[in-house]
Amino acid sequence: MGKLVVTSTPHIRSEETTKGIMLDVLVALAPAAFMGVLRFGFRSAAVIAVCLASCAAAEFLFEKITKKPVTTGDLSALVTGLLLAMNLPPGVPLWVPAVGGFFAIIIVKQLFGGLGQNFMNPALAARAFLQASYPDKMSAWLLPGKGAFLADAVSGATPLSTLKYNAEGFYPQAGDYMDALFGRIGGSIGETCSLALIFGGAYLLLRRVITWRIPVAYIATFMALSGVLGRDGLFTGYPVYETLLGGVMLGAFFMATDYSSSPVSNGGKIIMGIGCGVLTFIIRRFGGYPEGVCYAILIMNLFTPIIDRFSRPRVFGTGKGGFADV
Amino acid sequence: MKTLTFSGGVHPPDFKGATETERIKVISPNAGDEFTYPMSQHIGAPCAPVVKKGDDVAVGQKIGEAVGLISAPVHSSVSGVVKSISDVITPTGVKSQAIVIECDGENREHQSLNNGRGFEGASRAELVEIIKEAGVVGLGGAGFPAHVKLNPPADKRIDTIILNAAECEPYLTTDYRVLLEETDVLIEGLRILLTMHTDARGVIAVEDNKRDAIELIKGKIKDEPRMTVAALKTKYPQGAEKQLIYACAGREVPSGKLPMDVRCIVHNADTVIAVQRAVVRGRPLMRRIVTLSGGAIKNPGNYKVRIGMKLADLVNLTGGLRSEPRKIISGGPMMGAALFSMDVPIIKTSSAFLFFTEEEAKLPEERPCIRCARCVERCPMKLYPFELNQYAVRGEYELFKKRNGEDCIECGVCSYVCPAKRHLAQSIRSARGDSLRRK
Repeated sequence: MGKLVVTSTPHIRSEETTKGIMLDVLVALAPAAFMGVLRFGFRSAAVIAVCLASCAAAEFLFEKITKKPVTTGDLSALVTGLLLAMNLPPGVPLWVPAVGGFFAIIIVKQLFGGLGQNFMNPALAARAFLQASYPDKMSAWLLPGKGAFLADAVSGATPLSTLKYNAEGFYPQAGDYMDALFGRIGGSIGETCSLALIFGGAYLLLRRVITWRIPVAYIATFMALSGVLGRDGLFTGYPVYETLLGGVMLGAFFMATDYSSSPVSNGGKIIMGIGCGVLTFIIRRFGGYPEGVCYAILIMNLFTPIIDRFSRPRVFGTGKGGFADV
Repeated sequence: MKTLTFSGGVHPPDFKGATETERIKVISPNAGDEFTYPMSQHIGAPCAPVVKKGDDVAVGQKIGEAVGLISAPVHSSVSGVVKSISDVITPTGVKSQAIVIECDGENREHQSLNNGRGFEGASRAELVEIIKEAGVVGLGGAGFPAHVKLNPPADKRIDTIILNAAECEPYLTTDYRVLLEETDVLIEGLRILLTMHTDARGVIAVEDNKRDAIELIKGKIKDEPRMTVAALKTKYPQGAEKQLIYACAGREVPSGKLPMDVRCIVHNADTVIAVQRAVVRGRPLMRRIVTLSGGAIKNPGNYKVRIGMKLADLVNLTGGLRSEPRKIISGGPMMGAALFSMDVPIIKTSSAFLFFTEEEAKLPEERPCIRCARCVERCPMKLYPFELNQYAVRGEYELFKKRNGEDCIECGVCSYVCPAKRHLAQSIRSARGDSLRRK
């Protein structure tokens, strides 16, 4: 008989792998990415391609130079790349996403220890960095061409800035809701078509890549606040409309759920979601930017270690009560 | 019916199909076969041999005497001659002194056998003595001497006796076959335990994927007011002692305490059968039921085997191997130990032997933790395995202990679910062992 393999327990493992999870995220983002290209033209396809390429290249080069095992095969750099692209305006000059990709992978991810060690969502941190460094380039919003395919996207305002700065006499109509659902509005490449994002989020839940806690707590909190504390006084808000706009769906399902920068316990995830919802609302309503998702999640990323510390479940068998008369 | 369970756990594929419909087959020893009886087949002090080389022994004769309070005697399961007394490695990886007997194939029974008795009206002390003398230990895998568990200190009142037939480990089907084929013996065994603990109710705990067994037992215990069947959710590790007590009685065994501290006793199904045989039929523990499975064994099934038989002999008697195994596991795939060779005896705690092919034995490569929290979500003890893994790897034993690493039940759920395939359970078990030894 040949040599027997002797290993520790357990002797069977689940089928799930890191690469499989990353692939699921890419698949879940595909509909929103496709809609971005459909609405804003091949221009946005180029942005997506640059993001993917720069993230993969940054990871490969960093690991080669520092003589670490090359991990581009686990697809996590591509997830960061695609998420970054989803958060960029379609009209951005192509060197900007390239800078963003390198920043996300090298500064935010690799310098802190690589996969699983980043304390902030790399794609969002890169977006914030680009926003601060190149504010003019980062507001190259386009309006999708009405009815036309791929072609005549023109620059224009997003509905969120309309709500914030020109809300006088604006009441969202059925058509506005439909535009937000199907992505016939201005915004970042991957955030405008809420329907595609909801499909993607449902896919992640179905595949158990994420649990419901962060997205549900996030969306519910945000809806409640924006409904009750409306822009024109109590109960004058449009909670559904506001939730369909900007990056709430993208943030709730894809960004706030980033494993390394969100809490690990079930209770902690609920707190994370509520925190994101509150901060998104505050920034949108009272902050200097029309959009609050990016900074809300980044701030909550910083709170994650503290949330983790205080949201530990009670270890089995360590209850105080126990048995009255034992 | 309400399905009982605990929080956490996983649903691995059960791999029970190959053996669950196979009736238990009796394997008879051949003249000339060597039987090996390690003196350490249980938790506690090893036995002292009471026979010597050249002695003639009979079936059921005591060959190892219990030493100390927590120990259990060992009996010969064949008649024959003592060939040697030497050190062997048991399937659990322990080095132990062992008595080797060459079977003469005559099955001469020792005169101490078959003096069974009725148990109605017997005192607990009498029954404990019989069970102790019969060498009965927990046959689920741990091998804790049964008489010790059944005889808690006077201040510990027992109100629930749980018969553990959850059998949550994949591949294993012995408990299931016992439930179906030895139902009456099992119920009588539980009746004996209830005689010893007059305040207790008996709960037969079965996972709800064994519906036929649940219905069968329900019918048989209609007239047993003190017995119930608990249908448990099919989930691993449903049969882990603490999780089982929580599911059946709603009580948490406090950290560092025993089931009796929450008024419970848990015994495996086959153990209860051993108790019945000891008391009613006057036969010591000499045989056990073993699942043989995995892709490399020719005839997967459940076999009634005499303890002491060599694994290699058992495999030959069941028809041999289908292909060369790459890994042999003693026990289930989640908690069982991998063997170095087939040259080990079947001992009291050998519930199964799995013969894995190259394909089945393949384990994925370890990658960095992605903090996905699956281990946190699934841990039945509500620990943070990914964090304990870091403490274990870095040797931070203070933190390991502070974060309740010693409460780990080593069920392997964390390693099973980990998408990065980290050796969580392995590292935690090793650190836990070090931590407990330092006490």
